[in-house]
Amino acid sequence: MTFATLVQNTRYAFGENRLTLAAVVILALLLLCAMFGSLIAPHDPLATDGAVRLTAPSAAHWFGTDALGRDILSRVIVAARLDLGMAVSAVALSFVVGLALGAIAGYFGGWSERVLGRVMDTIMAFPLFVLAMGIVAALGNNVLNVILATMIINLPFYYRFARGEVNVRREMGYVEAARMGGNGPFAVLLHHIVPNILPPMMVQASLNMGWAILNAAGLSFIGLGVRAPTPEWGIMVSEGASNIISGEWWTFVFPGMALVLAVFSFNLLGDGLRDLLDPRRHT
Amino acid sequence: MTAQLSIEGLSLVFRTRHGTVKALENVSLSVERGEIVGVVGESGSGKSVMAYTVMGLHDPAARIESGHIAFGGTDMLQASPAERDAIRGRELAMIFQSPRTALNPIRKVGLQIEDVLRRHAAIRSADLQRHAVQALARVRIPDAERRYHAYPFELSGGMCQRVMIAMALACSPSMLIADEPTTGLDVTTQAVIMDLIREMSRSHRMSTLLITHDLSLAGEYCDRIAVMHAGHVVEIAPTEALLRSPAHPYTKQLLAATPNPRSTVSALTSIPGQLPDLRGELPVCRFSRRCERVQTICGEAPLPWTNVAANHFVRCRVPL
Amino acid sequence: MSFVWKRVLGTVPSLIGIVVITFLLSHALPGDPAAYFAGPAANVESIAQTKAKLGLDKSLPEQFFKYAGDLLHGDLGISLTTGQPVLSDLTARLPASLELTTCALFLAVVVAIPMGVWAATRPDSPVDHLCRGTITVGSAFPTFFVGLLLVYIFYFLLGLAPQPVGRLDEMLHSPPPHVTGAYLIDSLLAHDAATFRASLAQLVLPSVSLALFALAPIARITRASMLAALGADFTRTARAGGLRARTVLITYAFRNALLPIANVLGMVFSFLLGSNVLVEQVFGWQGIGAYAVSAVLASDYAAVQGFVLMMALLYILLNLLVDVASTFIDPRVRFEG
Repeated sequence: MTFATLVQNTRYAFGENRLTLAAVVILALLLLCAMFGSLIAPHDPLATDGAVRLTAPSAAHWFGTDALGRDILSRVIVAARLDLGMAVSAVALSFVVGLALGAIAGYFGGWSERVLGRVMDTIMAFPLFVLAMGIVAALGNNVLNVILATMIINLPFYYRFARGEVNVRREMGYVEAARMGGNGPFAVLLHHIVPNILPPMMVQASLNMGWAILNAAGLSFIGLGVRAPTPEWGIMVSEGASNIISGEWWTFVFPGMALVLAVFSFNLLGDGLRDLLDPRRHT
Repeated sequence: MTAQLSIEGLSLVFRTRHGTVKALENVSLSVERGEIVGVVGESGSGKSVMAYTVMGLHDPAARIESGHIAFGGTDMLQASPAERDAIRGRELAMIFQSPRTALNPIRKVGLQIEDVLRRHAAIRSADLQRHAVQALARVRIPDAERRYHAYPFELSGGMCQRVMIAMALACSPSMLIADEPTTGLDVTTQAVIMDLIREMSRSHRMSTLLITHDLSLAGEYCDRIAVMHAGHVVEIAPTEALLRSPAHPYTKQLLAATPNPRSTVSALTSIPGQLPDLRGELPVCRFSRRCERVQTICGEAPLPWTNVAANHFVRCRVPL
Repeated sequence: MSFVWKRVLGTVPSLIGIVVITFLLSHALPGDPAAYFAGPAANVESIAQTKAKLGLDKSLPEQFFKYAGDLLHGDLGISLTTGQPVLSDLTARLPASLELTTCALFLAVVVAIPMGVWAATRPDSPVDHLCRGTITVGSAFPTFFVGLLLVYIFYFLLGLAPQPVGRLDEMLHSPPPHVTGAYLIDSLLAHDAATFRASLAQLVLPSVSLALFALAPIARITRASMLAALGADFTRTARAGGLRARTVLITYAFRNALLPIANVLGMVFSFLLGSNVLVEQVFGWQGIGAYAVSAVLASDYAAVQGFVLMMALLYILLNLLVDVASTFIDPRVRFEG
């Protein structure tokens, strides 16, 4: 794609769709929270204060305080690091491993494709969240295993996408030419095919991020991975849930909305990227 | 006698993101009862758009700027959707190219014919199947009883086209519009399908409008031919007259570019230039920029119809 | 009918696969696996006994065959937390989860498909914008958050919904006599209108929470495939035949749009079965999801393993049903084998 087309498409994607621009801005803010959370947060996210427990949002505590008197705003800000970090790590790992395995299966076919395909099909035979629960239960209840579990259940999507794209390109003219030029199969893959499938895969990745965030948050909500008092949006919603019956809505609404905002922005970003790269595929 | 179909001064535009496409301008055409009229032109000449507009199937984004379409006694442009629905399929039928995709892929072909019958004909439910099978037999589909239960993907392209013709003729319409009915079919099947259409036209006394890019096909099967270029009808004449003494420079060039059994490939000439961009500024005669006979007078509006011989009309300032 | 059998046989590799994976997972457990399976009253002796009984001292392939054999006999081990066989724990709680998931699926389909069809037939109308809005927003809300929001608004603020204590408020109503396990059906069978209404009232919020996430992909694919079908050649042919608008919409466009919708249902089931766990947590639903959560937190591995296996089996079964249904929607599929 020429630079001119890229510029034209960017203008279309962002101009026609102010929402996409808004999504980028929100994600940038969240990224800031993730990186500099402890500097931005007005209070110490771990500091408890029995005197101000369960106070409604006020000037001193914009998001109110929780059952232990901790400032919810600070906790929500600082939690961005863990929530985004878990999702980004899991997606990045799935992306790289899925791309590698998919490229191999798509290019060489045969035995490698059959074995890998079978493994991926078996992963997909489970309802994915349930499999993640099983993996975390088996490997041990900590954050690393949550990332690993999320990575495993996301793997088949990247694998299938990469395999499909590589398969299509394997017979194309420029790949033939590269082979004729004496390049070995891995060189052909690495230098010629993979760079071309990276853009559509990036679109998949950003569309996938939202789902990865929801998965990790779901696992923490039921108590897997993150432990108190670590601030993380999922576990904060879980802690706040017990306060519904007494009406202290701020304890679960704010962390929940943070989740919604993050997922929503990633989804919009993914749609925007897809419009950028191939406006015709939009549904 | 009044014509079966009469199109007068039809002008139609499409509004798109990249500008307004002036797809048809001042198009006039008539089809008498029982005659087969061919509409010939390159892709993009507007022939299909015209056909769809007659049927009322044109794109909702299209705007009809002027003109009349009279079919039988009905003004097709002013008619209500209900009136049009009642005419379509019963009095006025259409068949399309790519017959396989033009049929419902997950519905038995016999049932698709029944759908048309049920809608328009007063036939009891119990008799519908029998009529559908008869419709299939009439278009020479062998083993019609069994083929009734077939799905489009089980039939060849030629067979599917016969099914479409059967659907179109099920209620004995007084007019058939055939939009490139043989494109995509192999040559033998083309001949068979065209023979079938001609035979059905004659036996049903049905008027036919044949849309095609293939001038030799039109030459073989049509009584009269209309030539279209860039949204204009440029010449209308009885077939022999058009083929032997074309009056419009475009028609002459089209003939020179059309292969026939007697010519050689090297003898074929291509028409210089390209179809004008229908969005931009257009000259009065849209062929003038590609024409070797162009004169200053060609730029004068309006472009008149000239009667060069019996029933032979051409829209040109400097006819051959 | 042979294509149905072919489909059924096609599930066998998946069945083998899920058994292999759950087996492998149980061998990735930290510490001594036997301790997890020995039951609540375990001590060093019983652990050693369990080890021998489960054949955990034998080679891996032998263990696998023993494991598979046990499964075929319905032996999923004993739960650490309840002390009962895992299989009976699961079968006792399964109807609750099935009732909930079925209601949610029903709600999602009944709302999403008409909305998608309407949006496709009237592009850029208010309904179209509502549809697209629902799709975008619905897929951003975590199911557990939606559940909590609904409880807060409809129970705490508006007082319209009953207390989220599960399937029935046991202090006010007793469950109907067990026939299917689904309270709605069983109360109807027992002609118990009061229990029926109470069960229904308890079902509303959890079903809606679960349905919202499933609504988005179904609406999206319905809208997209209807748009494609409405613009297809065969729809144009149907219109050219003067067929009534309703016939064109349903017999020609919608039936063709069904196939992509059926394909997306597989993904939707995956969401539903997974999110089921979260919704059961929020509403105190006495289903297998809640059972699994407490099992995971208590390291009751036999129970977790049983749960994962049962969910996978359910998922395979649901996909099989959709697969077979597809062959009736689209006859072309039968011939592809």
